[in-house]
Amino acid sequence: MNQDWGYGINKDRQIDFDRNDRRLAEYIRKYVPSYKLCISCGACTATCSTANLTDFYNIRRLNIFLMRGEIDEIAKHIDKCMFCGKCELVCPRGVNTRQVILIMKEGIKKIKQNEQL
Amino acid sequence: MKKHVFIIGGGVAGAEAASQLVKMGFDVTLAEKETQIGGKLNQWDRLFPSKRKAAEVLDFINKNLVDSKARVLFNTEISKISKQNGGYKIYAGIEECTADAILISTGYDVFNARIKEEYGYGIYENVITSVDLEEMFRNGNKIFNSNKEEPKRIGFVHCVGSRDEKVGNHYCSQVCCVTAVKQAMEVKEILPRAEVYCFYMDLRMFGLQFEDLYRESQEKWGVNFIRGRVSEAAENIDGTILIKVEDTLAGRPLKMKVDLLVLMVGFVPSAGTTEIGKMLNLDLTPENFLKPADEHLDTSSTNLKGVFIAGTCKSPKTIADTFADARAATLKIKEFLEGSEK
Repeated sequence: MNQDWGYGINKDRQIDFDRNDRRLAEYIRKYVPSYKLCISCGACTATCSTANLTDFYNIRRLNIFLMRGEIDEIAKHIDKCMFCGKCELVCPRGVNTRQVILIMKEGIKKIKQNEQL
Repeated sequence: MKKHVFIIGGGVAGAEAASQLVKMGFDVTLAEKETQIGGKLNQWDRLFPSKRKAAEVLDFINKNLVDSKARVLFNTEISKISKQNGGYKIYAGIEECTADAILISTGYDVFNARIKEEYGYGIYENVITSVDLEEMFRNGNKIFNSNKEEPKRIGFVHCVGSRDEKVGNHYCSQVCCVTAVKQAMEVKEILPRAEVYCFYMDLRMFGLQFEDLYRESQEKWGVNFIRGRVSEAAENIDGTILIKVEDTLAGRPLKMKVDLLVLMVGFVPSAGTTEIGKMLNLDLTPENFLKPADEHLDTSSTNLKGVFIAGTCKSPKTIADTFADARAATLKIKEFLEGSEK
């Protein structure tokens, strides 16, 4: 019997801060202290070739999702970064952005393999 | 005969102006409605940007005022002011004084946070204002929530009663951003393991050292900043507060539980400022502060000859700006009184 009544369930778009896993953010804070200094100015995104040419989230958004513990979003996009380092050149707060991405990849790998962060 | 200046309001601006005017050779009477000098500064523990004790500044103005031997009337409110022989007659408490010039330094009040009902101040015990937090600092740096437990997560809501047309205040109160950053750092100093979140629309770090404070709060103390105006706060059954905000940089709504929510209340003209303005029929700014004669060239005079204004009755100000403004007003008064002698 066809049970499609034309209704579906939408995924909640709300970031549930208390439920989210923020281990990755803590991990990066530990190994790249300058990561805390991001003020979301977007200079990194403006200069990012990958973000301009593909659907890559760009590093500013990655940072925000990271801090909120939305790791699935990050994992989807992170491999598109080419490590060109232009974002680091333009950052007014001196955030070591390449290191952030590198440690992010490392952390995601550990989380996927259920290793201690 | 010495010219007489009557000052209304013994906060930072009024007290500083009083001792400066005495030094210039005038007779000064200062009327203060409370029992002490210093006004709102008495509620503050430490001051940005250096985190010096407010008591140091209070000691400075109190000592200068006592040394100047200016006449100070405590517990005194003004009931009437009338013009008399080119000067003014002031009914202050039970006294009647004549004055050649009046300086109004009646200051500001903090925004009544109960008006922003959606944040629950006065309804939920764990929603407090920046003034309440400052009181906790003054009372020995003990920060507790309503269960007498140390909060693990604290939220600061910027722009409460500022930049908000819904409560009739469209202007920026200037000092709350940097005050939130200062208080966030002080909280981390007292509770190093607590998480601190600031919810802001814009961060207005206009002073020379303020940007450094902002950086220090992130780098040294790990204070977190989330861009978005908190839309509402609700109380959980255990007394914690659930807040809703859009994380505008992520482009997604966000909800978060905090143990203590601090509302950064803005500046509104004080009841005394409004009253004196009405009494003398002074021009007001669109924000209902007292309006200077010229926004650039003469910020101390008013539309009334011989009536001057100083401090936060004109606009929100830092302590440093209030001192500068009070001293500027005394020069304008001197110019007026000595000019009128000729």
